Amino acid sequence: MIKIANVSKHYGDFKVLTDCTTEVSKGEVIVVCGPSGSGKSTLIKCVNGLEPFQSGEIIVNGISVGDPKTNLSKLRAHVGMVFQNFELFPHMSITENLSVAQIKVLKRGKDEAMEKGLALLDRVGLKEHAHKYPGQLSGGQQQRVAIARALAMDPICMLFDEPTSALDPEMVNEVLDVMTELAQEGMTMMCVTHEMGFARRVADRVIFMDRGQIVEDDDKEAFFQNPRSERAQQFLAKILQH
Amino acid sequence: MTYQWNWGVFLQPSATGDDTYLGWMFAGLKMTLALSLSAWVVALLLGAVVGVLRTVPNKTLAGLATAYVELFRNIPLLVQLFIWYFVLPELLPTSLGDAFKQSHPVFQQFLASMLCLGLFTSARVAEQVRAGINSLPRGQKNAGLALGLTLPQTYRFVMMPMAFRLIVPPLTSEFLNIFKNSAVCSTIGLLELAAQGRQLVDYTAQPFESFIAVTVAYMAINVIVMTLMKRVEDKARVPGYMGGK
Amino acid sequence: MYEFDWSSIPGALPFLWEGMVISLKITFAAVVVGIVWGTLLAMMRLSAIKPLSLFAAGYVNLFRAVPLVMVLLWFFLIVPRFIEELFNIPPGVDLRLSSAMIGFALFESAYYSEIIRAGIQSVPKGQMAACSALGMTYGQAMRLVVLPQAFRNMVPLLLTQAIILFQDTSLVYVSALADFFGAAYKVGDRDGRLVELLLFAGAVYFVICFAASSLVKRLQKKYQLA
Repeated sequence: MIKIANVSKHYGDFKVLTDCTTEVSKGEVIVVCGPSGSGKSTLIKCVNGLEPFQSGEIIVNGISVGDPKTNLSKLRAHVGMVFQNFELFPHMSITENLSVAQIKVLKRGKDEAMEKGLALLDRVGLKEHAHKYPGQLSGGQQQRVAIARALAMDPICMLFDEPTSALDPEMVNEVLDVMTELAQEGMTMMCVTHEMGFARRVADRVIFMDRGQIVEDDDKEAFFQNPRSERAQQFLAKILQH
Repeated sequence: MTYQWNWGVFLQPSATGDDTYLGWMFAGLKMTLALSLSAWVVALLLGAVVGVLRTVPNKTLAGLATAYVELFRNIPLLVQLFIWYFVLPELLPTSLGDAFKQSHPVFQQFLASMLCLGLFTSARVAEQVRAGINSLPRGQKNAGLALGLTLPQTYRFVMMPMAFRLIVPPLTSEFLNIFKNSAVCSTIGLLELAAQGRQLVDYTAQPFESFIAVTVAYMAINVIVMTLMKRVEDKARVPGYMGGK
Repeated sequence: MYEFDWSSIPGALPFLWEGMVISLKITFAAVVVGIVWGTLLAMMRLSAIKPLSLFAAGYVNLFRAVPLVMVLLWFFLIVPRFIEELFNIPPGVDLRLSSAMIGFALFESAYYSEIIRAGIQSVPKGQMAACSALGMTYGQAMRLVVLPQAFRNMVPLLLTQAIILFQDTSLVYVSALADFFGAAYKVGDRDGRLVELLLFAGAVYFVICFAASSLVKRLQKKYQLA
């Protein structure tokens, strides 16, 4: 479904990504972790072309992301993304947030879009908030709306960019629960996150990045039981202390 | 002081006999309003376009927009007005320039004033629009694009609606400025409020009354515009966002 | 097509320079008075003494509601009559330059006071509390702690306002005072070369203001890094 081959990216002399290669098959859940500044957010943003890259190739569902001829909007319409800071549109009500892209991008009718949006809102447990504005919801609620907004586009896969790191601790679980449910339903997911509990529960594979490189790309069991690289060991030791 | 106050002067028939001096004042007020409002429309439209262009990834477009803003911001309004009124008609193709020069003088003055004020203010509006767009979290643009909206769609549905709400207060002050700046157009003979006030000083011997009346009229415009914009501001407020309810 | 003839400019340069000196004089006077009087107004506005804050609010709102052209006309046409009568100055004395300076300074003070007020308010409230805790008086706290921080934040805005002020000095044209723009207009009118002289004046203003605002921007970046 997602094929990343030898992707490199740099800002001037500063290398953000170096020769990254990996693959995500249909139905797979991949967790990407690593210390901050390791390039994991950049990598995931390359997948839907939000960040350009200088060399290598990324193929999503048979379409090359880096090809200048690719219609990125069309591709992104079917690749859901959830951001660290939710990025709901503050001037639109929750229902408008859920329906705007359905109407403008997928050309769905207003009623259809509304119905779909409300159904998904119900699914993330926020039906009664439909007419509020994002600023009136808690962080956890906003992030659940953001997930519903992405799902409303009927995505073929979902990208999560640190979806819980801007949340207060007591709100992390409500978001992870939604993500877990999604994974169990067979959604293809690529998640940048530090939530190792979530990784243990639902991930198929774990990718560990450091300084722009993919250092480990392993089955979940192998990664947690005996990580090969020293850097991954250190990282895990630090995270698991808590 | 030996000054003789005479507020009755406004009701006296004017020197040309067809109106009272109060009538002159109202004619001036109407001209000020017509000029400022039409220039504001020009300023908002052009300012929105130029402001957006300043933030687009395309370097050429962004550079052109920057040049536009710098040009109109770094030349005094009075100089710009004189260039519109005295210089441009000479530089236009002869037929067009002649057509302009043969049109009604008030039309010439009004057109030059409107374009001058409109473009001058548009550069300021553009700066506000740009600041508004840049103050949005970067993720908003990404979120729009990630949903499959095209870049123009992202601007149209996500960034512009929010940016315009954020910049209502600075736009209010630009809107107020355009009324005040319109007084500069009295220098090319356009009979707006300030010019009528000055004319009254020449025709009557009551400078204080006429200047006080004009000053009060500008203050009234100020108060009315502020009240109106306060309502716009309340309407534009986004729930849960920066002082919204 | 129009044929340009720039030949009247070189000979007029000394006259134009005299005009520029007048423009700069007015700018300088208005900036200095504007900042000093503006600071006082801002402090009055923020003070707890009601009459002072009401006076400052009234002053600032009055001047900000009225076009500069109107203020200048007041100062050219009406205030001199007052002064002549009050101080028994013979009508022959040219009061235009001094009225221009006074008019500008009083007008700009209102704008400077708003910038300075915002600057003072941008200093965290805790600073004032800390000063009080240390036993400083209000005046000491302002002078030693609040204003230095406020001015540091405001320098770019104050300079930008000075550039706007410099552009606004061209409006003394309404008094037929020969500032730089007035001089350029006079030369153009005399030689029938208004097109060239106006374009020249525009170009000179542009170069000066563009250079100055670029400098302010660089300064601003430096401040942000510091």
